[in-house]
Amino acid sequence: MVDFWFSLPLVVQGLLKGLAVILVVFPMSSLCTMAERKVSAWIQGRPGPNRTIVPWAAYVPVIGPLLQRMGLFQLAADGLKFLVKEEPVPGHVNKPYFTLAPLIAMIPALTTVTVVPFGAYLSGGQVVPLVLANVDVGLLAVFAVSSLGIYSLILAGWASNSKYPFLGGVRASAQLISYELSLTLAVLPVFLWINAPGTAGTLSLAKVVEFQSQPGFWGGTWFIFTMPLSALIFIIALFAETNRQPFDMPESESDLVGGFHTEYGAFKWALFFVAEYANMIVGSGVFTLLFLGGWNPLPWIPLATLAGWLHLGGHPLILGLLSIGIFIGKIAFLIFFFMWVRWTVPRFRYDQVMKIGWQKLLPLAIANLLVYALGIAFLTK
Amino acid sequence: MGQFLFSVFACLTVVCAAGVVVCKNVVNAAMCLLLSLLGVAALFVRLDAFLLAFLLLLVYAGAVVALFLFIIMLLDTRGQQAPQARRGLTVAPRIAAAALVVAGLASLFVKGRLATPAVGTVPALGASLKLHAYLLFTTYLLPVEIISFLLLIAMLGVIVLSKREGEHSGYGN
Amino acid sequence: MAIITIPRKPLTFSERAYLPQIAAGLRITLRHLFKPSETLQYPEERPSIPPGYRGAPTLVMDPNGREKCVSCQLCEFVCPPKAIRIAPGAVPEGSGVEHVEKGPQAFDIDMLRCIYCGLCEEVCPEEAIVLQTQYSMCGTSREEMVNHKDKLYEMGGTLPDQHYKWDKKKAAEEAGNAH
Repeated sequence: MVDFWFSLPLVVQGLLKGLAVILVVFPMSSLCTMAERKVSAWIQGRPGPNRTIVPWAAYVPVIGPLLQRMGLFQLAADGLKFLVKEEPVPGHVNKPYFTLAPLIAMIPALTTVTVVPFGAYLSGGQVVPLVLANVDVGLLAVFAVSSLGIYSLILAGWASNSKYPFLGGVRASAQLISYELSLTLAVLPVFLWINAPGTAGTLSLAKVVEFQSQPGFWGGTWFIFTMPLSALIFIIALFAETNRQPFDMPESESDLVGGFHTEYGAFKWALFFVAEYANMIVGSGVFTLLFLGGWNPLPWIPLATLAGWLHLGGHPLILGLLSIGIFIGKIAFLIFFFMWVRWTVPRFRYDQVMKIGWQKLLPLAIANLLVYALGIAFLTK
Repeated sequence: MGQFLFSVFACLTVVCAAGVVVCKNVVNAAMCLLLSLLGVAALFVRLDAFLLAFLLLLVYAGAVVALFLFIIMLLDTRGQQAPQARRGLTVAPRIAAAALVVAGLASLFVKGRLATPAVGTVPALGASLKLHAYLLFTTYLLPVEIISFLLLIAMLGVIVLSKREGEHSGYGN
Repeated sequence: MAIITIPRKPLTFSERAYLPQIAAGLRITLRHLFKPSETLQYPEERPSIPPGYRGAPTLVMDPNGREKCVSCQLCEFVCPPKAIRIAPGAVPEGSGVEHVEKGPQAFDIDMLRCIYCGLCEEVCPEEAIVLQTQYSMCGTSREEMVNHKDKLYEMGGTLPDQHYKWDKKKAAEEAGNAH
């Protein structure tokens, strides 16, 4: 199996990996849309979508109605609708860029997944991370590629050639750049800490998890406990970067109709949404890796210990699936947190968004970096 | 394969760079700049210089060009003709640009072939974060500081220029 | 008149920091997350109709099975959107209630015009037309939306009566003191 994989040409390997990304990220994103509708419904005291059912599924005794109540058929129906409905292109738009924008939205959303490690298995006592493209500059790659996602918003806003999308595009370009700074500065203490003097410098996300799975009290502590402020700044900036409430300036429905995607319909519109959720998934994944111990089940209980308890050391496949399950569980909680906050906090005003970004979050991030830099220098002396 | 990819990305870079100059529509020009930067980043990746590639993407493609677009959208330059600039002002940059092109072509012909570095050194130079940081803070400290000083001056200049006369109430008051 | 400026209470630190407030909000929404849903699954579950509800107007019978309407046409006259059409007629011989003299031959209420104002119920001297609890009218044509007499009686059914006015009148007549 493994030999067969490595005997494939590099291009075929790459294509298969890409296909795997699409096959995983697309369903996960669409599941997120349903989760969003369900969570919003529950918070508002509604049951949410629970009616749609295909005829044959109604005859399956327990599972059919359960799936119906979970809204899974609604999800399929919506997906089908987006595929087959008419795709209107307004006459006043700049067609090439108008078509390009949703595609550009998908590129960073799907590309960043490749450098995020999503699980691990044991090989000869060593924890080997599972990742599609193991680059040493993992985090930088995520930041760099995801920063390209801004073009989809700007181009969509500009190419739509009407008021609301334009305002959405302008807001997006200013907001995303502003919060990228805090986002980057917030993770620096983590890498200062793991790149102790004398070791080879790395920006690898897998290394961060490895650092959080060491034995001992301080070794097994997740970074959210040792660097809570970093985690806080990171998650706030993440909200802004993924255009989630309370920072969804580019598409604030109540004052900009739909913001940058006002003129879009059908599958192009759906692509924007899949991209938004894919960005959320990747962002949550990075947060999990950096601050929540990645695939380690609990703080101070690394995956290797768990494997020892369950005698799974010799079963890399089962352990790999288990670690992926743990990792996805944490991501799911973070996604739920995104939705939870969305239905709790009202949207900020645009000047408030800028004020929070530049006058609150950025100085806080710099101060945080300075304190941790000094502290780490003092500790490692 | 490697040669083919290099040709593709090199062509992309050069053609798009030409597009930046030629395009009448400013948004097209900005997108050409973006593509050109992506081409350069891809070339860096071909050299295993992942750090440089991703920094290029993060800083230039991700932020600088986005800000260009932001400004373009704010100014709304559609349908405007290039201003009839004063002749003396346009001649000088044209001469300078022509001289630069000639110098570049000449250098390409004279010293077109760089000495091929030993195979082992390329990934080491490109990949190691620590080496980059070390070089930046030792050998190239002066250029780094000069550039940061230049940026500071530019920033101060922008603040001075954008401050309107007789306006004392700042933003947010 | 002096304007009294009430100084706004200064924000506490936790209010200015905003995050504790968000945490409090999250706690509230989390509580709502686990509350049972308030939604009524409509076609399967129906709301309970409170007494005095003004649903569709119907015609009712008295407990003896006599139709109460005497086709006085007051409701037709008062109906603001002119939804009611009545064709008056005589009560047929041999029905046992010939002394009522009049009854509707046809009684149509156009539910596309009815505004559920309840004036017909208000004005009816016989308490024969009553707005009851039916609230969802549907049909696929305009004709279907017109409730005819038999439909109206089917919807209305029988309501208890306190007066038995016409029975008393008949009894009085038979006792010889009619007026």
